[in-house]
Amino acid sequence: MNAPLRRVGVVVLVLFGLLFVNLNWVQAYKADDYRNSDYNTHRVQISEYQRQRGSIEAAGGVVLAQSRQTDDDLKYQRMYPMGDQYAHIVGVKPVSNASTDIEKLENAYLQGNADSQVADRWLAMLTGKRTSGGNVLLTLSPGAQRTGYEALQNKGKVRKGAVVALDPSTGALLAAVSAPSFDPNPLVSHNSKAATSAFNQLEQNPDKPLFNRAFSELYPPGSTFKVIDSAAALANGVQPETVLQGGTSYTAPGTTHVIQNAPGVFCPEQITLKQALTVSCNTAFSRLAAEQLGADPIKKMAQAFGFEEPVRFDQDPKNVMGVATSHTGTMQDPNGQVDRPTVAQSAIGQSNVQMTPLQGALIAATVANGGRQMRPYLIDKELAADRTPTYVASPHEQRRPLNEQNAGTLRDMMINVVASNDGTGTSARIPGVQVGGKTGTAQNGNNPDHGWFIGFAIKDGKPVAAVAVFLEQAGSGGSHDAAQIAGNVMRAIIQERG
Amino acid sequence: MTAPAIPAPPPTNQGDGATPTRPSRSGGRRNAELGLLVFAMAVVGLYAAAAEAALMGRVTLWFLGPVAALGAMFFVAHLMIRWLAPHSDPVMLPAVALINGFGVMFLRRLDIADVKEHGGTSIPVFGGQGGRQLMWSLLAIACAMLVLAIVRDHRSLSRYAYTLGLTGIVLVMIPAVLPARLASVNGAPAKLWINFGFFAIQPGEFAKVLLLVFFAYYLVRKREVLSLASKRFLGIDFPRGRDLGPVLTVWLLSLLVLVFEKDLGTSLMYFGMFVVTLYIATERVSWLIIGLLLFSGGAFSAYVLGGIIGGPFANFHQRVGIWLDPFAEPDGNGYQLVQSLLGLGTGGLFGAGPGVGHPEIVPLVESDFIFAGMGEEIGLFGLSALLVVYLLIAQRGLRAAIGVRDSFGKLFAGGLAFTLGLQVFVIVGGVSKLIPLTGQTTPFLSAGGSSLVANWALVALLLRVSDAARRPADGSASGRGGGPSAGGPVKLQELPTEMLKAGTTTRHNGDKA
Repeated sequence: MNAPLRRVGVVVLVLFGLLFVNLNWVQAYKADDYRNSDYNTHRVQISEYQRQRGSIEAAGGVVLAQSRQTDDDLKYQRMYPMGDQYAHIVGVKPVSNASTDIEKLENAYLQGNADSQVADRWLAMLTGKRTSGGNVLLTLSPGAQRTGYEALQNKGKVRKGAVVALDPSTGALLAAVSAPSFDPNPLVSHNSKAATSAFNQLEQNPDKPLFNRAFSELYPPGSTFKVIDSAAALANGVQPETVLQGGTSYTAPGTTHVIQNAPGVFCPEQITLKQALTVSCNTAFSRLAAEQLGADPIKKMAQAFGFEEPVRFDQDPKNVMGVATSHTGTMQDPNGQVDRPTVAQSAIGQSNVQMTPLQGALIAATVANGGRQMRPYLIDKELAADRTPTYVASPHEQRRPLNEQNAGTLRDMMINVVASNDGTGTSARIPGVQVGGKTGTAQNGNNPDHGWFIGFAIKDGKPVAAVAVFLEQAGSGGSHDAAQIAGNVMRAIIQERG
Repeated sequence: MTAPAIPAPPPTNQGDGATPTRPSRSGGRRNAELGLLVFAMAVVGLYAAAAEAALMGRVTLWFLGPVAALGAMFFVAHLMIRWLAPHSDPVMLPAVALINGFGVMFLRRLDIADVKEHGGTSIPVFGGQGGRQLMWSLLAIACAMLVLAIVRDHRSLSRYAYTLGLTGIVLVMIPAVLPARLASVNGAPAKLWINFGFFAIQPGEFAKVLLLVFFAYYLVRKREVLSLASKRFLGIDFPRGRDLGPVLTVWLLSLLVLVFEKDLGTSLMYFGMFVVTLYIATERVSWLIIGLLLFSGGAFSAYVLGGIIGGPFANFHQRVGIWLDPFAEPDGNGYQLVQSLLGLGTGGLFGAGPGVGHPEIVPLVESDFIFAGMGEEIGLFGLSALLVVYLLIAQRGLRAAIGVRDSFGKLFAGGLAFTLGLQVFVIVGGVSKLIPLTGQTTPFLSAGGSSLVANWALVALLLRVSDAARRPADGSASGRGGGPSAGGPVKLQELPTEMLKAGTTTRHNGDKA
């Protein structure tokens, strides 16, 4: 009977091995999910307020969120000194409701519960001192953020929109503004009822201040999508000087819908690709896409820039920041055949093409950075309670939709949009800096048009900023305003970062 | 059979501790046991002090009370073992003591948190849940020593196999026939208890040991018949149809447990226990396969039936549903498992530290979910260490089974050790979402007197068998090498128990080693 006894020993060993592997799954692999689960607030709530939560800061030490001691049962009160300016990025850490954005993403570290802080915890246990949690330093540039925020506040007629700025060479997020915004402070009141009612009010507000228009909402990109068309054309052998057929109107085969140019756009019958981009000629791009390129090259190029695939910030694989996925639609009819009228519409960023302002900024950044798309990130450093860094971000290249040469060509074409006097983006100009970009006016059903600008700034041959500005239902002149805001934001970045 | 299943003679009541032949060996073993015990108590004391420091902000000397009481009792147990089972495994007692100590101290830590919540400052040594557990522990150890004193030779148990087996079945059945209000506690659907109002016992905990005596006895008698193969299929010998009787009977019994007591865990325990002893007895892998098929078939149809007709199967169906997706109803049916997982996850690799977590959020953290509750505070590393200690106990039990010479002892000890391991698997797997949750106690850890007393008795029996296994072959221990030669035919006649008569009737072809 000894042989089966030994085998039973092995069986027991295997059973315990299964337990061990499963515990690893629960306590190591899934630990962060569980720890930060929305259903874990009760457990976390009690212990969390025993210890000072770390602060969240923008570049230059500007404090965005901090915890102050109170006489309350919950020993610390979370506060957001910058009010509504950073609300959609920093998020909130309410007492009983679910936390959001950076407050959620970095919860364990802010709280001091991350695995990287185990030494601190043991030290605290041995010495009996309660250390505060870790601090999170964001990549945001306070000047750019303020400029974008104020631009969306002061415009009078424009109250909704978004500004996103990236560092093209690293992918660091420099600004992300969504308007209208909200003051996060009432939401973290220790009075749970007041906090919940404040939240409900915001949620029922018809202007939807809780929406993060910078990351989480999709809008038709309008003419900014012509940058993708141009990239696809360059990749398929079309040159900037190649002459396209433009004109005042274009009717795609198989439809009676007439595509026209925006009022005031001068687009002759014969127009080069470069000039078509500069003046934003709808007819040339629609005809190019529907009759010359076809759906696939455009869809492929859009995907190469990050459409269809979820954009994820570095360190945020679970998409806590709530980034929506931009998409082009299939451009096919119900039978699965390429639908040329749809291609023609899609080429000018209408039909089913939708993108986030973040995606717009990524497109501009990629072109400015020689075709190399860096993975966007917003956590610059994690600093322990004594401010020694335990994590420092390192830039990663994530895609290369264009080769160096085509990227350079497209960059010059976009610079022409701003620099040329007949270009649409002249209001984005910054003295002494090469600015490139593309405007967009997107039709929005029967509502006023959306205004767009995506662009970049190159200083001394180096890309220093890429911006997307989106003005919701801005009506005519929206893209002009958007370009101006983008110029101001980039100027702020250059001033602050040199 | 690989081992010479040669029986020993009736117990000769030798002056155990005074066996003069190799005093140094057994003495060294016992000293090792004492050393390990001191170490275990030191670890438990440190844990208790750390928990108290975290909860109260200071360390009073109160935590020493339970540690001292437990330590003293373990020391007495150690002395008793020196006297009653001097050759037994030296690791077993300290390993169990460590887990038992952790259990008491974790429950005490829950008390402290509770008292603090209501403004109190300290609790008496025997107060609260921890105090009750401490009392039960002392009682359980005393009972274990009593078992060790009464059962001087494990083979004598087989003399009462039928009586004990019948008692076991009755114990299993009582909760099933009792009305629900007398058979369950805490409003749980599982009917596993006999509720006397002021206290409740879980008869199933005792039944497993009693049933195992019967299984071992029965299988020693029948193993040759049961190991006869008739059909070879896919390279595996399958038994004849008529020999399936006993396994089908136990299968039905465990299904009845599943249906009437609404508890998959107990059902799985009994059936697993039987199938594994059957396998050990016959060395036929086919029994394992048949057992696994029967059980999974039974469990699956219970699940399907629960979904269609509900009734007695509904509870099982619901548990499987929770297991498949606890987050479907995180505030409803899934709450317990969700909170268990969140607690484990919050603990992470290193745990929040003793006394720092919030295990009290998980319902039933003092009994079924104690492993998850501790996991929040001692982390993956702490839990892994606990698992290793459990594994050590089970493997040492199996080692005793391998070492002992008689078939009954082998089956009995092997069954006990496996049962212990299986129970840990069933409950720990349940709270960590490896398998559907069932209401088992975590041996030596969970609050509950029945479980403690029964499992300590189990340990006493394992100590008894390991003592027999490790008793030196020379000297007066003539029973060890009594047989003609290893691998020779089994002489069932020489079995010292009533197997003698039964053996003659079933002996047909001896053992083909």
